[in-house]
Amino acid sequence: MHELSIVADLFSIIEEQAKQARATRVTKVKVLIGELSGVVPELFRSAFQSYKKGTIADKAKLEIKITKIKFKCHNCGQEIKAKDISSPDFSYACPACGSKDVELVSGRDLYLEKLEIETES
Amino acid sequence: MEKSKKEVLVLEDILGSNKKIAGSIRQKLLEHRILTVNILSSPGSGKTSLLEKLGLKLQEKYKVGVIEGDVETERDAERIRKAGLPAWQITTHGACHLEAKMLAQIFDQIPANLDFLFIENVGNLVCPASFDLGESLRFVLLSVPEGDDKPKKYPEAFITSNVFVITKCDLLPYLPFDADRVTAEALEINPKLEVFRTSALTGEGIDALSQYLENKLQELRSKNA
Repeated sequence: MHELSIVADLFSIIEEQAKQARATRVTKVKVLIGELSGVVPELFRSAFQSYKKGTIADKAKLEIKITKIKFKCHNCGQEIKAKDISSPDFSYACPACGSKDVELVSGRDLYLEKLEIETES
Repeated sequence: MEKSKKEVLVLEDILGSNKKIAGSIRQKLLEHRILTVNILSSPGSGKTSLLEKLGLKLQEKYKVGVIEGDVETERDAERIRKAGLPAWQITTHGACHLEAKMLAQIFDQIPANLDFLFIENVGNLVCPASFDLGESLRFVLLSVPEGDDKPKKYPEAFITSNVFVITKCDLLPYLPFDADRVTAEALEINPKLEVFRTSALTGEGIDALSQYLENKLQELRSKNA
């Protein structure tokens, strides 16, 4: 359950960004979570809900986009999205040619993509 | 005053602050020419026992130190000290993993003249994998009694590691653990893994692992001469 530590780091970024943009409130937080990031989206969401209380984002909606695992194949040169990791046919191999000489190019990411904020002018 | 809504594109790595601290720790360790190993495994798979043997073997020729990460107690650091190696304890008080900032807090206590620094992470095969500590190498351990189906269940630990150590191999004759199968599965997830089989009880594999680390130290020192 390291999601709470990660959410704490997320809030440091949110507060810094909100300050820079002179936001009075953060209304939406959109994050990208890689399928292989080791973060469980449901746990991330519940950590977010409890952490947001009393912060500038206390009414904010959390939007989570899961980043799929993508391999670059050294055999056929293609960059292809892998099957869903929970599916039985998932394998650490090129989905096109089957070669195991692949490199993981996405799926481990953990990003704050964007914020929706309110400002007063 | 009128309220207006707008969108701010951020695109910032959520673990960026941990990575930044880890980066400066890595820099300092390289300046001191210390090879640092972050050790991941579930509780009870033999991290401390492996370190007692491996640490003593390396200590015949080198200066070795151990950082112990645990949720509570100083038990592991005491065990390592009893074995004759210097050890520093980090207790996380509930946190399931070590973070770079925890290491930064005790970093001043680490002597600059070490050759090898081992960091025994909190026993947990999931959470520690997400946090860079500034190590040069990452080890993932799996013990024979845990079962041979683990690599694909805990892929991040195997993807982010350089070395896979199968521990408690003295139990192989007694348990249905297929060491070849688990090796093949781990290599499927991460073909760059170096695999070692060890037993802290019989001493199997300790020399090979210590030789591997000696070579890695030479490599690090020739690159940062």
